[in-house]
Amino acid sequence: MQFMLLFSRQGKLRLQKWYVPLSDKERKKISRDLVQTILARKPKMCSFLEWRDLKIVYKRYASLYFCCAVEDQDNELITLEIIHRYVELLDKYFGSVCELDIIFNFEKAYFILDEFLLGGEAQETSKKNVLKAIEQADLLQEMRSFLQPVWLSVSTSAPRPVSASVQIPIIPPIAVSRPG
Amino acid sequence: MPAVSKGDGMRGLAVFISDIRNCKSKEAEIKRINKELANIRSKFKGDKALDGYSKKKYVCKLLFIFLLGHDIDFGHMEAVNLLSSNKYTEKQIGYLFISVLVNSNSDLIRLINNGIKNDLASRNPTFMNLALHCIANVGSREMAEAFASEIPNILVAGDTMDSVKQSAALCLLRLNRTSADLVPMGEWTARVVHLLNDQHLGVVTAATSLITTLAQKSPDDFKTSISLAVARLSRIVTSASIDLQDYTYYFVAAPWLSVKLLRLLQCYPPPEDAALRSRLTECLETILNKAQEPPKSKKVQHSNAKNAVLFEAISLIIHHDSEPTLLVRACNQLGQFLQHRETNLRYLALESMCTLASSEFSHETVKTHIETVINALKTERDVSVRQRAVDLLYAMCDRSNAKQIVAEMLSYLETADYSIREEIVLKVAILAEKYAVDYTWYVDTILNLIRIAGDYVSEEVWYRVIQIVINRDDVQGYAAKTVFEALQAPACHENLVKVGGYILGEFGNLIAGDSRSSPLVQFNLLHSKFHLCSVPTRALLLSAYIKFINLFPEVKATIQDVLRSDSQLRNADVELQQRAVEYLRLSCIASTDILATVLEEMPPFPERESSILAKLKRKKGPGHLPDIDDARRNVNGSTEPSENTEATKKSSPSLMADLLPTNRPRPASSSPIMLSAGTMGSTHPFTDLLNLNSTPPSGASLLVDVFSDISTAAPAEVCEENFLRFVCKNNGVIYENQLLQIGLKSEYRQNLGRIYVFYGNKTSTQFLSFSSSVTSSDTLKAQLNVHAKTVDPVIEGGAQVQQILNIECVSDFTDAPVLNIQFRYGGTLQNIGVKLPVMLNKFFQPTEMLSQDFFQRWKQLGAPQQEVQKIFKARHPMDTDVTKAKILGFGVALLDGVDPNPANFVGAGVIHTKNTQVGCLLRLEPNTQAQMYRLTLRTSRDSVSQRLCDLLSEQF
Repeated sequence: MQFMLLFSRQGKLRLQKWYVPLSDKERKKISRDLVQTILARKPKMCSFLEWRDLKIVYKRYASLYFCCAVEDQDNELITLEIIHRYVELLDKYFGSVCELDIIFNFEKAYFILDEFLLGGEAQETSKKNVLKAIEQADLLQEMRSFLQPVWLSVSTSAPRPVSASVQIPIIPPIAVSRPG
Repeated sequence: MPAVSKGDGMRGLAVFISDIRNCKSKEAEIKRINKELANIRSKFKGDKALDGYSKKKYVCKLLFIFLLGHDIDFGHMEAVNLLSSNKYTEKQIGYLFISVLVNSNSDLIRLINNGIKNDLASRNPTFMNLALHCIANVGSREMAEAFASEIPNILVAGDTMDSVKQSAALCLLRLNRTSADLVPMGEWTARVVHLLNDQHLGVVTAATSLITTLAQKSPDDFKTSISLAVARLSRIVTSASIDLQDYTYYFVAAPWLSVKLLRLLQCYPPPEDAALRSRLTECLETILNKAQEPPKSKKVQHSNAKNAVLFEAISLIIHHDSEPTLLVRACNQLGQFLQHRETNLRYLALESMCTLASSEFSHETVKTHIETVINALKTERDVSVRQRAVDLLYAMCDRSNAKQIVAEMLSYLETADYSIREEIVLKVAILAEKYAVDYTWYVDTILNLIRIAGDYVSEEVWYRVIQIVINRDDVQGYAAKTVFEALQAPACHENLVKVGGYILGEFGNLIAGDSRSSPLVQFNLLHSKFHLCSVPTRALLLSAYIKFINLFPEVKATIQDVLRSDSQLRNADVELQQRAVEYLRLSCIASTDILATVLEEMPPFPERESSILAKLKRKKGPGHLPDIDDARRNVNGSTEPSENTEATKKSSPSLMADLLPTNRPRPASSSPIMLSAGTMGSTHPFTDLLNLNSTPPSGASLLVDVFSDISTAAPAEVCEENFLRFVCKNNGVIYENQLLQIGLKSEYRQNLGRIYVFYGNKTSTQFLSFSSSVTSSDTLKAQLNVHAKTVDPVIEGGAQVQQILNIECVSDFTDAPVLNIQFRYGGTLQNIGVKLPVMLNKFFQPTEMLSQDFFQRWKQLGAPQQEVQKIFKARHPMDTDVTKAKILGFGVALLDGVDPNPANFVGAGVIHTKNTQVGCLLRLEPNTQAQMYRLTLRTSRDSVSQRLCDLLSEQF
């Protein structure tokens, strides 16, 4: 995989992950072009498209588009499911994840992605294992918090501000329940 | 999972993000960000040492600002400091910042590497993972140099935790992709292969990716992975879905790992060992069988994961191309998908079938789906799916169905999306040529193409139809008749006029016997289109007319009249005018014999790869285009005419290289007919089109030798495109192509000058063996000394290097030195010559003088050879201020109140050379009514007057 982009229906980038070296300028141009191309497509169109010499695989979840660029030899369907697995991971971690969670906790979204994909390849596809790794990290930081109670008092009150627009969970609750 | 502690409570960050979101306008956002940046900057610079938490918070804010699309130019140091924190979250944020905002600042890289080194040595798996993630995310050369030899040890060490192994494997993969030369191969490679047997499926997943990447580069070293991969795959596909626990995804066993294993196997031919081979075949059969089973879940994830494995298995089957049963089964499976209700599956089925069509075993099976594919072309709503259908039709085309497919594509073309029309045109043109049994069908098809989608018919396509008609005398008469008929249409596309003009010019005689297409009728028909056409087409028509004069002496007088008319002989376009003049003259003075030789029918073109095919390949990239020339055609019994396949197999330079030998002016052309165009340095397609014959036939007239092609012998041509723009200015871009930009800054004092040349690498790849030197003609060498300092032989992608040229003017001069640049880009040597804008006027010193002094000196310089005068037409709007600026830029002082007519410009200056100084006076008189200028120069040396006048008169 060459890169992954998350952007909103308004075209705002929410997360970008590049697995190939590109200058800042090129990245901006690519993001702009792709966001435009994908937002112009109709809902029922297929999830794949050729773009320059890359294959673009994208899917929309509520207000967010997830878009991956893979190479010619890569498997489109499995990439589509990489996107879905990442959404499931976010959903499980945040509990009914919505766009706001990703905006306010962008660093977490990056950490989760790094546990799942590395160098553009799937590193760990087991949901349990990925979440375990993140959980451990969170545990590490909670222990610190106990050691430094001063910060605890500040930190617990960090609000999750309610925006005027209602945030729709990325996956409708029914979709996250695992089969079986 | 415990209630998520979202972030670890960086309240300041949350507040800041809220603020940004509440901003009503872009301006407000920028204001808020600038305020925050100022705040952070002051905190970082303040005397009070920041605690880790604050540092982390501010670094995180900077990161957020960067991700919003703003530039961040500080904070790197603070981020690096966080790496050495022993608090996990601080370290984590430090690493994230570095991963996202890589900076090639070398001091920083050393510090970062130091942080990473400590964490790798910490034996703390969480810290090690952070460090490995960072290396994998950044993947820079510096990091590869520092860690590429260490990571293999971590990967294969017995006591390494599984999660660290996974990170290490993919980290190594990334380094191998970016700097393969730095990753040492060694005994670890054998142990890596055995990770395929690891108990932990996550480790196997990561390792498989790494092994695939390594095997692609050196397959022999990783051959042992084949049997292990087959064994692993076999265990997965036969496992009950519950066996693999969390690696089962919507009832599909380890789909990611399965896909990766199948991918790994595609690095190799089918296994030679029979047992292994049959085990693999069993696996593939099982996958195909599972695809037929009723779904275990209605969720799309289930079918996607299952089909992902299926498509990868089919890719492997196609790659092996050795098991007819499997190929046919795969084909049938894809056939079902062609009508699936999921658009994604239809798309992928069309795509996969394209490759199946090129296998001899499955080509016939693919062909059975022709109706479905044609239907897809007509009914699919999504253009990307229709595009796939076009590709598949193209791939499945052979002699048996060519007429049907070409007809369907043509009819689709009428309504096709603009974005894919050009490609369809190319495809139709190729198929029509390739499968033409009789060439009348071919000619009809191409003319139809022009009729339906004339705007999308590129030059390659209409050049090609002309080549073929010229090379095949059985079709020439038909072609002449058909274009003649097509031209009767009241509105026909300009491309048709071009083809028509060319073909009638060559073969109009073949239909001239019929009174309905007598020479005069043909001429009148062509000429009726003349006025509606663009200049290049008109130029082509003029050449067709002179050919008519040779073919049909009876219309000579009519054509001469046309050539003689003011609209031709005095045409504003210099190319048309020159053609008219020269053709008219040729027709008047040349004897019939000479005319017949000069205007002889074009000789056949050398057979070569179709230029259209080359174009399509360029457009699609080699991977996308199934080779319709491969051997299976013959296996299938539809043998090609041997000349055709021979021709296409020969890898000769593309036609375009001959048609358009260069984009720059050429010294002379080779064609007998191109008396004028070549000398004019014309670049439009027509000129080149008539240069189609590569070598003039021996024994042709003298004219051929006079205009023989000298351009091939000459060294790299010198670009002087921008030369004249630098007469009145010293800085700017002198040369630019897709790879390189050359900018200049120059300064002159008296007889000395210095030029700073900036070479900018526009690509992302290095230029190697870069060198640039300055050469001068022998005459110039005595007049002008140029000393060039050496430049660095490597220019990094996106970088710019500077070269200094020191110049000394010895005496007055006319020539200009040439900057010669050579470098390697992607293996090919680039050679560029640029005429350096060092002109005599650069050595001017302005001289102020009073009116009476001016006239006194003016009179002193009254000898006829001292004055040079030129009257010329204005090329730019006549604006007083612009003219003043140009005269000042030229180097002289503008003298006000000297000329009795205030509209005129008067200037004076002294040219400094080492040997002497030359005083110069100039006067420029604009005539706005006539849009003309008169420029007069008086100097003590006639050569100086002449040169300055030449230079300055080009500027208005």
